[in-house]
Amino acid sequence: MRKLLKYLKHYKLQSVLAPFFKLLEAAFELFVPILVAAIIDNGISGDGGWKYIVNVCLILVGLGVIGLVCAVSAQYFAARAAVGFSQELRGDLFKKVQTLSYSAIDGLGTSKIITRMTSDVNQIQSGVNLVLRLFMRSPFIVFGAMVMAFVIDVTAGGVFAVTIAVLCAVVFTIMLVSIPMYRRVQSDLDKVTASTRENLTGARVIRAFCKEQDEINSYNARNGQLTKSQKYVGKFAALMNPLTYAIINASIIVLLYVGAIKVDGGSLTQGNVVALYNYMGQILIELIKLANLIITVTKSFACAGRVNEILEMSEEKIRTDITPASSKCPFIVFDKVCVNYGNAGMDELSDLSFSVEKGQTIGIIGGTGAGKTTLINLIPHFYDTSSGTVLIDGKNVNSIGDEKLRDMCGIVPQQAVLFKGTMRENLQWGKNDATDEEIMSAVQTAQAADVINSKPGGLDELVEQGGKNFSGGQRQRLTIARALVKKSEILILDDSASALDYATDANLRKSLKQLPYKPTVFIVSQRTSSIRHADKIVVLDGGKAVGIGTHEELLKTCEIYREIHNSQFSVKEA
Amino acid sequence: MADRQKIIIKRILKQLKGYKIWLVLTVICALVSVAGMLAVPVFFGKIVNNIVGAGEVYFDSIFNNFIIIGAMIAVTSIAQWLMNVVNNHITYNVVKDIREEAFSHIQELPLKYIDSHSYGDIVSRNIADVDQFADGLLMGFTQLFTGVLTIAGTLVLMLVINWVIALIVVVITPLSLFVAKYIATRTYTLFKKTSEIRGEQTAFIDEMVGNLKVVKAFNREDENIEKFDEINLRLTKASLKSIFYSSLTNPSTRFVNALVYAAVALSGALMLVFNTPLPVVFNIGLLTSLLSYANQYTKPFNEISGVVTELQNATACARRIYELIDEIPQVPDCEDATELKEVEGNVEFRNVYFSYATDKKLIENLNISAQAGQRIAIVGPTGCGKTTLINLLMRFYDVTDGEIRVDDKNIYDVTRKSLRQKYGMVLQETWLKSGTIRENIAIGKPDATDEEIINASKASYAHNFINQLADGYDTVISEDGGNLSQGQKQLLCIARIMLCLPPMLILDEATSSIDTRTEIKIQQAFAKLMKGRTSFIVAHRLSTIREADIILVMNNGNIIEQGSHEELLAQNGFYSKLYNSQFAI
Repeated sequence: MRKLLKYLKHYKLQSVLAPFFKLLEAAFELFVPILVAAIIDNGISGDGGWKYIVNVCLILVGLGVIGLVCAVSAQYFAARAAVGFSQELRGDLFKKVQTLSYSAIDGLGTSKIITRMTSDVNQIQSGVNLVLRLFMRSPFIVFGAMVMAFVIDVTAGGVFAVTIAVLCAVVFTIMLVSIPMYRRVQSDLDKVTASTRENLTGARVIRAFCKEQDEINSYNARNGQLTKSQKYVGKFAALMNPLTYAIINASIIVLLYVGAIKVDGGSLTQGNVVALYNYMGQILIELIKLANLIITVTKSFACAGRVNEILEMSEEKIRTDITPASSKCPFIVFDKVCVNYGNAGMDELSDLSFSVEKGQTIGIIGGTGAGKTTLINLIPHFYDTSSGTVLIDGKNVNSIGDEKLRDMCGIVPQQAVLFKGTMRENLQWGKNDATDEEIMSAVQTAQAADVINSKPGGLDELVEQGGKNFSGGQRQRLTIARALVKKSEILILDDSASALDYATDANLRKSLKQLPYKPTVFIVSQRTSSIRHADKIVVLDGGKAVGIGTHEELLKTCEIYREIHNSQFSVKEA
Repeated sequence: MADRQKIIIKRILKQLKGYKIWLVLTVICALVSVAGMLAVPVFFGKIVNNIVGAGEVYFDSIFNNFIIIGAMIAVTSIAQWLMNVVNNHITYNVVKDIREEAFSHIQELPLKYIDSHSYGDIVSRNIADVDQFADGLLMGFTQLFTGVLTIAGTLVLMLVINWVIALIVVVITPLSLFVAKYIATRTYTLFKKTSEIRGEQTAFIDEMVGNLKVVKAFNREDENIEKFDEINLRLTKASLKSIFYSSLTNPSTRFVNALVYAAVALSGALMLVFNTPLPVVFNIGLLTSLLSYANQYTKPFNEISGVVTELQNATACARRIYELIDEIPQVPDCEDATELKEVEGNVEFRNVYFSYATDKKLIENLNISAQAGQRIAIVGPTGCGKTTLINLLMRFYDVTDGEIRVDDKNIYDVTRKSLRQKYGMVLQETWLKSGTIRENIAIGKPDATDEEIINASKASYAHNFINQLADGYDTVISEDGGNLSQGQKQLLCIARIMLCLPPMLILDEATSSIDTRTEIKIQQAFAKLMKGRTSFIVAHRLSTIREADIILVMNNGNIIEQGSHEELLAQNGFYSKLYNSQFAI
């Protein structure tokens, strides 16, 4: 929680003013008993008469008005600080999530991030709001009462001190024990969230296998577990109020006993005892508020811990090895590259070396898990190499700076994802100020013109979340167009034509060849027909390059390539 | 709006029906604890009366009262704790019921709803909104009952002491309720708006965090942060308003309390000064206790108004949940729907019309006739309606007109479950549930033995890579397949079908991301699988299509050519153009 305090930085004034006004309100409340005493002593018993009484009552009303003003100001400042706090926290969280490395994203899971950014932050927000409103007021009254008790009688003050100590011990024990319990509740909630999400994304498969009832059962089991955890911690946290109530009243008994002896001995008066009794009563009211505050704060702490986990996750590794640029080297060089993500010990890529000249088209082909995607992910530095280097223009990719590097690359990922917004907005992802003309020319190249034309809104057509209102093939062509709008030096197509029919695929390759700015193109594919005209083909198998060369060379020299080719072209030969 | 709110409150009450005994219990506990809390001060007062001055302290009476108070404190504390536990029980169970209802309902919703709503929004209704609702409900139970009882109890005590002043208090009190109600109705709209913006934000987070890799590839972090900040700012403004206005309730009612307090002081003091000839015993001591009761009496009003705001917030959330629950479910199986028993696999489309949106025609008068065991390949340019056919075959969507028959039985006359069980489906977008590999493969046949599972994986060439994983078949797959490659995920999806061997197959570009060498082996396995099974294949590989018995060539939602590979080539139409372009560059 302490680490999150910095988000109040911009709301220092509000964070001070809120408790200040709260304090002011409390102080004005303390005047009320004095005024009542004045009414009794001077108005009724004394000679002030009805005029005096009316005046004092008007002052009482006046105090009410001042209290109202103070309280409203306090509420405003507290609310301002709390929502400002959560705004900045959420903003920072979102920024942080954007910097997570590919492997961190793989490990974390979307639903966890979502709960942390939404319900957790809300919980912290309520915590901050309450703390600002109550954390000064309650202790002020509790300790004020104790001081007053000491003034009246030292022994009685001792009773107060012991009572407060016991109360604090009880309250803190409950708090400390329940924090991990609340964490448990939250992790159970995460599971329920994940279940809900999974059933939305997998609705078709679940229904195809008629698993609705099974899914409901497993959801209900998770949900039941959540309820159990909630009730368990609830039972414990519910001890707070009854325990504080019992302790306070027990100490009033002690107080009255002590007072009775002292009054009997003549060292205290009846009035003093009544005053002490009243002060103890005041402590109870404030402590109940404090206890409720602590429950909310406890929950907030648990949430803060989990939010902090995200904030403290290591960012994308930035390792900068400066390799001196040499003017003569080829455009892109893979030099003895090995990649090991650290799972299961197997290398994703091992000892891979090849070079690419500017403007060339490179085909990458190989089996599932051969390392094709890993290879192309190294170019924009999405992952680090374990050893060896990837050079662009003679510079190590990790020294170029990710933003600049990624600006150089147009990437079409395997999963064709579009985002909520208009088609134009989606296509402008690569270049914010792309004109309709630029966009349409990219769309033409990507063979997606008919997609745009078939929609009544054209470029203004709305894309639903995930691009759900487009078919797989349409999305794929649009994602290709999106990358082309960038007009980047390097174009990477990661098996991006898989949902395209052969004719469209062929046309796409043809128009890529005709691009005036001659990008260096990497095509990952399963089909030899997609890459046979490439200047260089890298054949991967189990993370190793088993063949590098042109189509004709590989047909002669590479067994695996020949096998792949024949399996696809037997059609024609038949 | 007020009416709608009433409806929601009625529904919430209905939701509580199953907990009648618990509700009675919580009321009893509340009664006991409030009675105790009100009575204890009376006995303390008696003790004070026994401490008059030096030498005038009556210890016998004091000790007797101590014993009574001790017992009352014990009973009160226990009652309070029990009440809290009971309230937790009711609240969390109601929440559980609601979540279960919502989740079951999601399973019943037509795919059209799921396809057209953001997942984040649905998730936030089922999670965040239900949570907020629970908070409100819990506060309602814990503080509403005790608050009302405390008010009633104090009122009785005040009436006993001086009924005139008590009446004055009663007259002023409604002001407090009025203020609270005024604020509550205003904040309801504000909370609803906040809740909506929060839903929007969740959807945005869902989208951008879910596709973070693409975001990073396009250096879109800054733009996203900008967009996020914009939503975030709106959320902040809306929350500030709703939180601030709702938090006005407390100070406002406290102000009314101050007025009540002043009124009691004024009327009491004046009564004493002018010595009003009222038939009531009245003195300074009684005025003092009356004032302290006036204070006590108004405090629960604060709490209650706080609860009212919280409940207001809760009903706004409840409304969003009920909206989801009330969403019209898919058309249920017709009443006399029969189980589709063993099928041979004759599938027929008769004059089928279908479109996703009423204003846009898609499939018109479609007729297909597939004999049992035939292989039907669906080809055509992307977006021509191939996946739509699958939606119709599986009854994910219902036809607008016409009918689809399996073994000459209208599929709308049989249960969805029995229909879908007859199909084995491998979709273009692979989906795996979080769980072990074993669980994923056995999804269609949970009682499969290890041997069956391994055989199915071997047949679909998934066995090798599964063995290479750290925990083999017990490897836990994270959300949506996580660390598996696209091809590996597809192999698992195929293994899933291999295990069940349903009589009809639907393959939607299932092998598009699997390398060709593996694909050949899979195709061999599939060839075995497809023998005697009607299979619909959406594929672009002409090598697969070539062996099909019927090729449906689709364009713009309609079948434009139909026949075998040779026949279609001979026609020299759309298909032959498509086929020949394979080698053109």
